[in-house]
Amino acid sequence: MKKDIILAGVGGQGILTIATIIGDAAAEAGLNLKQAEVHGMSQRGGDVQSNLRLSSEPIYSDLIRKGDADLIISMEPMEALRYVGELDKGGCVVTSSQPFKNIPNYPSEEALEAELNALPRCLRQPIEELAKAHSMPKSANIILLGMAAKYIEILSAEQLRESVGRVFASKGEQVIEANLRAFDLGVELVGKE
Amino acid sequence: MIQRRLLLGDEAVAQGAVDAGISGVYAYPGTPSTEITEYIQTHAPQIRSRWATNEKTAMESALGMSYAGKRALVCMKHVGMNVAADAFVNSAITGINGGLVVLAADDPSMHSSQNEQDSRFYGKFAMIPILEPSSQQEAYDMMRHAFALSEELRLPVLMRVVTRLAHSRAGVELTSPKEQNALNAECDRTHWVLLPGNARRQYASLVEKQPKLVEASENSPYNTLAKPQSKAKMGVVACGIGYNYVMENAPEKLGIPVLKISQYPLPSQSIKAFAAECDSILVVEDGQPMVEEQIGALLGCDYELKGRLTGALPRMGELTPDNVGLAMGVEPKPSFVEAQNVVVRPPALCQGCGHRDVYNALNKVAAEYADARIFGDIGCYTLGALPPFRAIDSCVDMGASITMAKGAADAGLHPAIAVIGDSTFTHSGMTGLLDAVNDGSRITVIISDNLTTAMTGGQDSAGTNKFEAICIALGVEPEHVRVVEPLPKNMAKITAIIREEIDYEGVSVIIPRRECIQTLSRKMRQQKLK
Repeated sequence: MKKDIILAGVGGQGILTIATIIGDAAAEAGLNLKQAEVHGMSQRGGDVQSNLRLSSEPIYSDLIRKGDADLIISMEPMEALRYVGELDKGGCVVTSSQPFKNIPNYPSEEALEAELNALPRCLRQPIEELAKAHSMPKSANIILLGMAAKYIEILSAEQLRESVGRVFASKGEQVIEANLRAFDLGVELVGKE
Repeated sequence: MIQRRLLLGDEAVAQGAVDAGISGVYAYPGTPSTEITEYIQTHAPQIRSRWATNEKTAMESALGMSYAGKRALVCMKHVGMNVAADAFVNSAITGINGGLVVLAADDPSMHSSQNEQDSRFYGKFAMIPILEPSSQQEAYDMMRHAFALSEELRLPVLMRVVTRLAHSRAGVELTSPKEQNALNAECDRTHWVLLPGNARRQYASLVEKQPKLVEASENSPYNTLAKPQSKAKMGVVACGIGYNYVMENAPEKLGIPVLKISQYPLPSQSIKAFAAECDSILVVEDGQPMVEEQIGALLGCDYELKGRLTGALPRMGELTPDNVGLAMGVEPKPSFVEAQNVVVRPPALCQGCGHRDVYNALNKVAAEYADARIFGDIGCYTLGALPPFRAIDSCVDMGASITMAKGAADAGLHPAIAVIGDSTFTHSGMTGLLDAVNDGSRITVIISDNLTTAMTGGQDSAGTNKFEAICIALGVEPEHVRVVEPLPKNMAKITAIIREEIDYEGVSVIIPRRECIQTLSRKMRQQKLK
């Protein structure tokens, strides 16, 4: 079994933390893993992405082949759309529905909505709003991870949840607790759909 | 017990070097090489690892450590090789005492660079062995191999990685660490004093060693052949990370034999033997077509060779599993059409960043002069080229802002303004400033000091707290070294100072100084945790 995941967002939104958590869970489960990311220039409010590949078989390429991506996890709706050309025909998109507008020519929200709606499998939630409403303003990315848990398949939600605890272990009880709540909220949101 | 860790390619290089018994790492930060030194600073504090002022001082210090018998690693991004080149090339003439490995991290597709030069040419130029790992595990294993090879051949060894390996994580199995070398400075002066008479002898010895280097490549465990059953229509020579993209496309199912190359100089016998088993060869190499040219010369123009030069692969940009698959005859997989409503999202200076205030002030003043030109440099502040600032007219290489402004001023341009960051100034700006002072060139230099090397993630900056002293010592008049705090509330004062210094008929330096907001907020977070 294999799972090829594209993580997308804007620099500073926390996609590398999502990658770290999935990576930790995969390592714990004894899966093979490759995770490519771009550092440097892209950290300053530009678009960022990471190719995350999980498999029970050996993995060669650090990059995902076009059409092989099983899942796009995105912190921002336009950033999710940027990678649909990479998605397998049966693939799924899990994204924040809230635009991050730091450029003057950001497309119309209706147009974005229409393109996301045209995808056969696309889940959206206003994760930043939800994070604020549930008093965990810094954990929007972990809500998103909770939403994606069901579609990561090669790892169970329980395995991912344990990794959330491990990855935040050094940050103190409050941070761990907020992120576990965020993860559970994400899982719950998808359960309802 | 075998230890297995999830490591970035850069971290695998670092752990490999630590376990190979290095006593020091010398480096200047540069994407995608920075994490190597950062990892050693964090995980192996017993090893000397403080950042160097530039790649040349790093290379020379490492050579000095090698002279004293210990193993040393030098790391840099590909363009850093240009800065280190004098020391690098001549280290092949002196040879080494303790093992010396130079790690160059190339950036095909220029994710964070101003060109995509291929460092393998430097290795060939200096006539030393080159290693090019295809995976994180190989990056780790090869470090030990590299240091052993270096000490066996008494030559520095170049290891080349690319962004996709440097910044990709995978599981790596560690082996038990080797002890550091003992201090041993018993060196033959005739090897190390490169007066022409000695240099000729040393160069002759380097030339004589070349067959040994080729032999090492022919027998290298990293150059491997998946042998064809019968004569194949096409074979692939897969170099470094190119091997992964070839294997991703399942060559065994396509009946395509693969010769993997991860150690140079090229093993010419193996390549000739491989060519005899195939009707044609596809060369898959990330970067520039170095191997393709060499194999072309080796096999002659009658042999069918494909690669970047023939258009089978793109002439520029990084390899991907897709463009390599296409060259191997693999049909692209059906996927969704690209979305329509996607626009580029370029990086920008952070909100609250002091460089923003500097550019706001500069733009305001520059608009008052018909011919004002602002010569930029390498760092976060290069983003001043993009909207909304569009403030800089050039960005070429580390330090070029000051010297280009000087040259333009010499030609009669006024005002000629240079914008350079604190770390870039100590890296390569100081010597240019001395030229300008000695020549009395009419330039205004802005050293935008944010107290860190920000672009690469906030490493220590070599000149922090020393800039006024450095500029004055280089001969800038003390009254024309001006320090300001770049904040919107100080705008009137800053613009007035810029005007005054533009009107001065000599070299002036303005130092807007305010801490990088990224490093500042990181410090505040850490304090809160405590």
